[in-house]
Amino acid sequence: MSTNIDHIKEEHHHQPSGLMRWITTTNHKDIGSLYLWFSLLMFFIGGFMALIIRAELFQPGLQLVVPGFFNQMTTMHALIMIFGALMPAFVGLANWQLPMMIGAPDMALPRLNNWSFWILPFAFTMLLSTLFFESGGPAAGWTLYPPLSLQGGNSMPFVIFSLHLLGASSILGAINVIATILNMRAPGMTLMKMPIFVWTWLITAFLLIAAMPVLAGAITMLLTDRFYGTSFFTAAGGGDPVLFQHIFWFFGHPEVYILILPAFGIISTIIPAFSRKKLFGYDSMVYATASIALLSFIVWAHHMFTVGMPLAGEIFFMFTTMLIAVPTGVKVFNWVATMWRGSMTFETPMLFSLAFIILFTIGGFSGLMLAITPADFQYHDTYFVVAHFHYVLVPGAIFAVIAAVYYWLPKWTGKMYNETLGKVHFWMTTVFVNITFFPMHFVGLAGMPRRIPDYAVQFTDFNMIASIGAFGFGLSQLLFVYILFQTLRQPVTAADKSWEGAEGLEWTLPSPAPYHSFDTPPKVD
Amino acid sequence: MNRLSALIIASLASISSFADWEVNMPRGVSPTANAAYDLHMLIFYITVVIGVIVFGVMFYSIFHHRKSKGAKPASFHESTTVEVIWTVIPFVILVGMAVPATKTLIMMEDTRDSEITLKVTGYQWMWKYDYVEDNVSFFSKLDNKSNEARQLGSKIDVKKVDNYLLNVDNEVVLPTDTKVRILLTASDVIHAWWVPEITGKKDAIPGYINELWVDIKKPGVYRGQCTELCGKDHGFMPIVVRAVPKQEYVKWVSLNQKNRVADKSE
Repeated sequence: MSTNIDHIKEEHHHQPSGLMRWITTTNHKDIGSLYLWFSLLMFFIGGFMALIIRAELFQPGLQLVVPGFFNQMTTMHALIMIFGALMPAFVGLANWQLPMMIGAPDMALPRLNNWSFWILPFAFTMLLSTLFFESGGPAAGWTLYPPLSLQGGNSMPFVIFSLHLLGASSILGAINVIATILNMRAPGMTLMKMPIFVWTWLITAFLLIAAMPVLAGAITMLLTDRFYGTSFFTAAGGGDPVLFQHIFWFFGHPEVYILILPAFGIISTIIPAFSRKKLFGYDSMVYATASIALLSFIVWAHHMFTVGMPLAGEIFFMFTTMLIAVPTGVKVFNWVATMWRGSMTFETPMLFSLAFIILFTIGGFSGLMLAITPADFQYHDTYFVVAHFHYVLVPGAIFAVIAAVYYWLPKWTGKMYNETLGKVHFWMTTVFVNITFFPMHFVGLAGMPRRIPDYAVQFTDFNMIASIGAFGFGLSQLLFVYILFQTLRQPVTAADKSWEGAEGLEWTLPSPAPYHSFDTPPKVD
Repeated sequence: MNRLSALIIASLASISSFADWEVNMPRGVSPTANAAYDLHMLIFYITVVIGVIVFGVMFYSIFHHRKSKGAKPASFHESTTVEVIWTVIPFVILVGMAVPATKTLIMMEDTRDSEITLKVTGYQWMWKYDYVEDNVSFFSKLDNKSNEARQLGSKIDVKKVDNYLLNVDNEVVLPTDTKVRILLTASDVIHAWWVPEITGKKDAIPGYINELWVDIKKPGVYRGQCTELCGKDHGFMPIVVRAVPKQEYVKWVSLNQKNRVADKSE
């Protein structure tokens, strides 16, 4: 262990120190850490906005904020959580893990890597600054539907520019991921021998490259509609407001899978490790991931069943959407089959992964219900939808990120987190996440629309419960931060292979992993 | 499985007897809303059954295949047969869902043979209703009591306001047992018209005319809201439909045709 630390110190000598180290770094681990810390910060900013929303919705009547500000909060909460918390978290994990998992010294394009991170703080500073404008931040929902978004105040061009920056950052990151995976694998590691997390990220990166430019196109047209006299989306000028929705969701649906496929990869890594048994059906997992990615490009209009599409269109998008249940089902069944007759232990990463499977599947069930067009006419734009996508994104994507952090933390730092506190964090998070989001199914079915700052009195009880759950969930995450800092203060004690059942090249490296992961590529047979 | 679903129904029913704790979609009073309800329950029960099986197997495994109980890991990690089976079975279940769903959808989108037409126009933040054949037309917005109570710092107890946020100044009146075609459009931004008990929602979009139909079977007052974010007062443009027997509707029309004409002459 100590030789290893000396080894790291030796390699540091050519590095600038202090702040300049982080600004100029081209190291995949440094950049991975930057991404992850940034994501954590954004998670708390976005979470704070969610708590403002939940505080206002604690009881009917307006107590805290005016409706316009409420709409800014819902809009910003979504943008921050999607682009600021989740996407950077997954890119951070990719940065840390991909080179170690494929036996490479670093990412393929280190300088690009630096850039793709350092775009983010500027983009989010600009995005958040709009909240302090006299006309306020964006308030038309994260989907930015015109004509409403064209009515917005001065924030609009700033929001669009920051979204462009975020898109550029994501595309640069995706290029780097693809270049790394396709070119830098250790000899002997064929594509079908890659760790499943690497596979899911490879597919995600292609989704990013295909989807982000579409968003860029849509928001650029919004910009020219507002400032340069075009009428892409304005009916009065011969344009079509629904066109925007088609373009937006052609980006938006793949985007949803960009947020969940790497999570699938994480769960497919952690479940076998703590079941002490190989992942069941590796090949079908890869094919299922690829099928989900392909399907994601032909289901977009299920977000807009109520816009008045032709019957044939509604039927087509209903069928394709339902079809997604097949590969997703394969994944869930394979996870269960992996656990079957394994030898399981329940450390914190495993607990979060098990909760992921159950709660993500519940989100999948409500997704299947939403796919049924005639029923969607009732569900659409109600709290049922809010419950659905929070189930797949919070106990889905976010749980996967948390599980990944606990799982790889000993590898990254050489230090073990406190298992008892980790379990407390798990139980608090899981209980509160359900208290928050499960009642939303009920009020949604009972008729409460989403994106409203105030509601009819019959929805009071479940809203109160949801608000209490939200504050509990938010506070539980402070414990997560405490656990992280407590871990960082520990001495280096973690074994190279920190978990008994862990598989993969990263566990052949010392803990903490050396600055340049693999100087000489390992041989994979 | 039957016992389980009976248990779930019983528990849902006992909960929903308290109006405030409503956990399910209301049963409809029009063929389209009823069909949506039936589909909703069908898919819900199917997912419950799948969930019970999958989670059941998972929890069995969690309790029995744990290291602390001395479980030794098996070495199997693939089986083409099993994987084909659990690809095909979900597919078959999906086909089973798709057939009734498609039939219902075709029924819902068939607006032919309607007897009267109601044109609905969304405004920020109110609705305009035009009875195309009967020459009645009026605006409908949040009633004054709710509007006063909903202001930030109004100090009015909203629980004491009659139908808080779900009451309007001018109700839509529709005849029962009549196929009514509803045309939807908007003058400024996109809105969506939704009254859960009589119909699913549809967007009201500037430059578009969308269609819905309802055939209300039971007289009564049905309430709904705008369901597409339309700006700051999106949460404050409710919809109230009063369904009355045909004769009463005819009376209401004749009364209001005159009244509206008189209004205009003022």
